[in-house]
Amino acid sequence: MATERGWILPVAIALVLAALPLVLTPYTQDLVVRTAIFAIFALSLELLVGTTGLVSLGHAAFLGIGAYVTVLGTGDRGAQSVLWLLPAAVGGAALYALFVGALSLRTKGVYFIMVTLAFAQMAYFVFHDTKVGGGSDGIFLYTRPVIALGGTTLLDLDDKRHLYYTVLVLLIGTAGLLALIGRSRFGHALAGIRVNEQRMRAAGFSTYGYKLAAFVIAGALAGLAGFLLAVKDGAVNPELLSWHESGAVLLMIILGGIGSLRGAVLGAVAFTLLKEFYQSEALLGGLASRWQLTLGLTIIAFVALLPHGLIGLRARLQRRRNA
Amino acid sequence: MDLATFLVQCLNAVQYGLLLFLVASGLTLIFGIMGVINLAHGSFYMIGAYLAFVLAPWFGEWYLTKLLAGVLLSAVFGYLLEWAFFSFLYQREHLQQVLMTYALILVFEELRSMLVGNDVHGVQAPQWLAGGFRLGELMSYPWYRVFASVACIVLALGLYWVVNRTRLGMMIRAGASNRDMVRGLGIDIQRLYRIVFAGGVALAALAGMIAAPLSSVYPGMGSSVLIICFVVVVIGGIGSISGALVASLLVGFVDTFGKVFFAELSGIGVYLLMAIVLVWRPEGLMKRGY
Repeated sequence: MATERGWILPVAIALVLAALPLVLTPYTQDLVVRTAIFAIFALSLELLVGTTGLVSLGHAAFLGIGAYVTVLGTGDRGAQSVLWLLPAAVGGAALYALFVGALSLRTKGVYFIMVTLAFAQMAYFVFHDTKVGGGSDGIFLYTRPVIALGGTTLLDLDDKRHLYYTVLVLLIGTAGLLALIGRSRFGHALAGIRVNEQRMRAAGFSTYGYKLAAFVIAGALAGLAGFLLAVKDGAVNPELLSWHESGAVLLMIILGGIGSLRGAVLGAVAFTLLKEFYQSEALLGGLASRWQLTLGLTIIAFVALLPHGLIGLRARLQRRRNA
Repeated sequence: MDLATFLVQCLNAVQYGLLLFLVASGLTLIFGIMGVINLAHGSFYMIGAYLAFVLAPWFGEWYLTKLLAGVLLSAVFGYLLEWAFFSFLYQREHLQQVLMTYALILVFEELRSMLVGNDVHGVQAPQWLAGGFRLGELMSYPWYRVFASVACIVLALGLYWVVNRTRLGMMIRAGASNRDMVRGLGIDIQRLYRIVFAGGVALAALAGMIAAPLSSVYPGMGSSVLIICFVVVVIGGIGSISGALVASLLVGFVDTFGKVFFAELSGIGVYLLMAIVLVWRPEGLMKRGY
């Protein structure tokens, strides 16, 4: 993907997205915001799975913790400032990631998948079974955070359009950050670990530290997505941390094609829109209540026909044209 | 807690652990041999439980015949499933298989909802296992739970015999330790995969059928079992059947007594156990030794 003009498509898409609110209905604007938040979430996991080669099945824990910190930090004390609430949500998720990563990175492969799952389930049950976050029903976010300077409100996330542009800017920021990491010495070290960890260690890299750093960054970015999701929905519940959510985000990046940022975004868009499409009664009528069947069969078809995910589709079409 | 209560809880823990073992042994076999992380394994448990419900009116009091019919059906089902959905995936990345099994969960859940509906159904234990035996002055322990435990023990012994004493078991063990070598020796690995997969599905479904009268059948029963079974497999050491047995009994005890002593935080106990075991021994209690 590293062609000279590789930046044109993302910039064009960003410009189109920036202009979209002028024409969108509230429903479609909400859908775009949700898709963008899941794209941030998928990008954060891509750093682990695609770049570093660490498959985590507990990534939703960090999303959920970011969301819960946002809601619990607000409480009933009125609108809080984004300037402390956002860092708190990201920091909370990063802190849990530091704890989980420090322990689970001692294991490898399938064991790593399962340990991350176990830690996510622990967090899930803490919110599900205790009164910390309103139990299994979750809690509402009564007032959305703002940025106010003096007496004037600069940013009010209660305003749908403000929220839209905030999410858009943060999505671009996340993609930009991960692209930078990919080109940095740190990113090359992570890629080296994915390909051959033994050799990286022989070359003098403390691979544990690098992997832990990647795990914490991924957790922090998932916390960012959690903050945005809590603000958008105005409520949180323990299902955000469940393994279904962790599975879904892993699904997104596999669907898109592992190993590229575009694949992660593409997968998040495809998965969110497919699910929305199959659940839509306006479009599909009675079949909408059977969305699991249609979505499942579609994914099976994708697996059978697209071995390298959606991102591999282009290379395949090109090859066919050349043949 | 008096002695009788304690005994009843112990029996419950053993019975729950043994049932987990049935599901987990299939999971660990499939992973050990085929390298497939089968997220749909919980669905096979669910399918088994629903089979017990659906087949009940046909067989009436012929309870054991019903179990046998269910096992045969689910083995055939597993055989066909491997052929249709997995046989072309082995050359691909592992994550593609994860994607496939996730999609199968969605499909199975929806088919279950279309065919049987979303209500909770009770399944009758057979007449000849009704009632229970007395334990202490006030407690009694149902015969059906005793039957479940005994059935699981018999199956565990049978599994041990197949894996350690038969030619098929030899191929399974060889396949688990070195897949390419087995293929090089001229064993039809595709067929072995298919048999192991069918066997794993049958074990999970049988566990579901045995559990049905105890837990009743309900939507989503597969996914809770799936996650616990992953915990069992990882604690025991992936690919190890004896490890799975030790781990499932351990999990059975932690879960049962966790519910008695720490009602509110009981959900966490099992995962805490797994985290501790893995920090202590990162490859599980028994790394691949049958």
